[in-house]
Amino acid sequence: MILQALAFYLFATVLLASGVVVVTSRNPVYSVLFLILAFFNAAGLFVLLGAEFIAMILVIVYVGAVAVLFLFVVMMLDVDFAELKKGVQSYLLPGLGIGGLLFAELIIAVAAHWHFAPHAAPAAATPKGITNTQALGHILYTDYVYYFQAAGLVLLVAMIGAIVLTLRHRDGVRRQKAWTQISREPSDAMALVDVKPGEGVE
Amino acid sequence: MFLTNWFQHTAGLPYPWAWTLAQVILIVVYQAVVMVSVAFWILADRKIWAAVQMRRGPNVVGPFGLLQTFADAMKFMFKEPIIPAAANKVIFLAAPIIAATLAFAAWAVVPLDEGWVVADINVGVLYLFAISSLGVYGVIMGGWASNSKYGFLAALRSAAQMVSYEVSIGFVIVTVLIFAGSLNLSDIVRAQGPDMRGWYIFSPLFPMLIVMFISSLAETQRPPFDLLEAESELVAGFMVEYSSTPFLLYFLGEYMNIILLCALMSIMFLGGWLPPVAIWPLTAVPGVLWLLAKIVVLFFMVSMVKAFVPRYRYDQLMRLGWKLLLPVSMLWVVVASAWVVFVRPVWGPFFAHLFGG
Repeated sequence: MILQALAFYLFATVLLASGVVVVTSRNPVYSVLFLILAFFNAAGLFVLLGAEFIAMILVIVYVGAVAVLFLFVVMMLDVDFAELKKGVQSYLLPGLGIGGLLFAELIIAVAAHWHFAPHAAPAAATPKGITNTQALGHILYTDYVYYFQAAGLVLLVAMIGAIVLTLRHRDGVRRQKAWTQISREPSDAMALVDVKPGEGVE
Repeated sequence: MFLTNWFQHTAGLPYPWAWTLAQVILIVVYQAVVMVSVAFWILADRKIWAAVQMRRGPNVVGPFGLLQTFADAMKFMFKEPIIPAAANKVIFLAAPIIAATLAFAAWAVVPLDEGWVVADINVGVLYLFAISSLGVYGVIMGGWASNSKYGFLAALRSAAQMVSYEVSIGFVIVTVLIFAGSLNLSDIVRAQGPDMRGWYIFSPLFPMLIVMFISSLAETQRPPFDLLEAESELVAGFMVEYSSTPFLLYFLGEYMNIILLCALMSIMFLGGWLPPVAIWPLTAVPGVLWLLAKIVVLFFMVSMVKAFVPRYRYDQLMRLGWKLLLPVSMLWVVVASAWVVFVRPVWGPFFAHLFGG
């Protein structure tokens, strides 16, 4: 138990600290790297909760794919950091105000009306007898399969939309047609001619 | 566990500390064994290419050149580490450490035999997949921090390549999960028991082994997909600016990843620690030796590919990954699901004689 408590405080402290560095760092590459560290520690917290599947998916999807794209973009951009930092000064007060308001609302909501729905109690992270992954599978693919399919459809539409928006056909681009190359026979490309002496090739 | 009991009862420590101490000792010994074994994998690699090219390979340091890799490692460690003046020093040094650490961390969930695993977690396959998808950070951070255009170009190339081929590896893993019904690596091996009729190589999943093999070559930047170190175009890849121990860490991490993917393929398709035929003299052999034998076979194939396949062009690499391997592996997810749902319940007893199904 003491190990779990130590691990929790370690993950939580590093998560919060790296979250602060993400916002305050002067170099955007550092921001992304600390964002990755934050994702990692969040995954650690999920593991402590017994939700190991979500922890691994968090690392695979966010750290392994999304943050790589962030890093790509940030490393290739040539951003003027001093220019960006000017904005922080002028928006600091309204930003703090909105943040404080949201935080106060959250506190009020949690303090006043926060309780679990009666049928939500069995949906613990690790139900008895089955693993966390199987429990998630039951919920997603058996109990709420139509909602899951609907969500998938929305994502599919979004994906098609993104492809349609960025797709452009350029003329005059010569692409490699591997099948044409492989299926080419010697007889398509050359002919053997028996040349008689002194006559030459027609 | 033996060590935990010893610390708890003989040395009189409370259970949490006894457990922690025992785990730490186990992990240190395990990693030391894996690291020393890497020296011999590298030597085997060089000997195999030498044999293909009709050379003798390393044969001076130690008997049959067995100590050549140790000599090379010593040489790297005693060289001067050079950090370019314009490099980002912290990230420059952190990148190879991350690459090597991740390569070590992945071995925690690999079951070497029944019960021989440091962390027997429920989501072992996903853990391995997550760790291998993080390998890209060692590459991209190293390339960016060294502040060299060749290094950065190579880092971008290899990052795009690794991200692309991870997708098909992910679908291959999904097909195996559908067959085995578990994310735990030990359970996946048990589902393939008791002998080679149950192995997934002799099942409708066989094409996925081929996809996995090709994707593993691309994922670990092995030829014919070693575009990041296409020396005619990019000098030597993202580690151009690295020397001495940081370079050694990259080198170590790269080989450990290759062996890790060979181990993963052995576990997912070749039945891990299971013997090919479950009769007496073979079942008496320790399972770890069977796993090692399977890794050796796969590593030999990986090595031979380097010896005789020419390097792909970058657009051919992307075409192969996205237009061939990805659709095939996605289709096979459907085929595997249909097999498990419709064919296995009906024909299961019949196929169980031919292959485990």
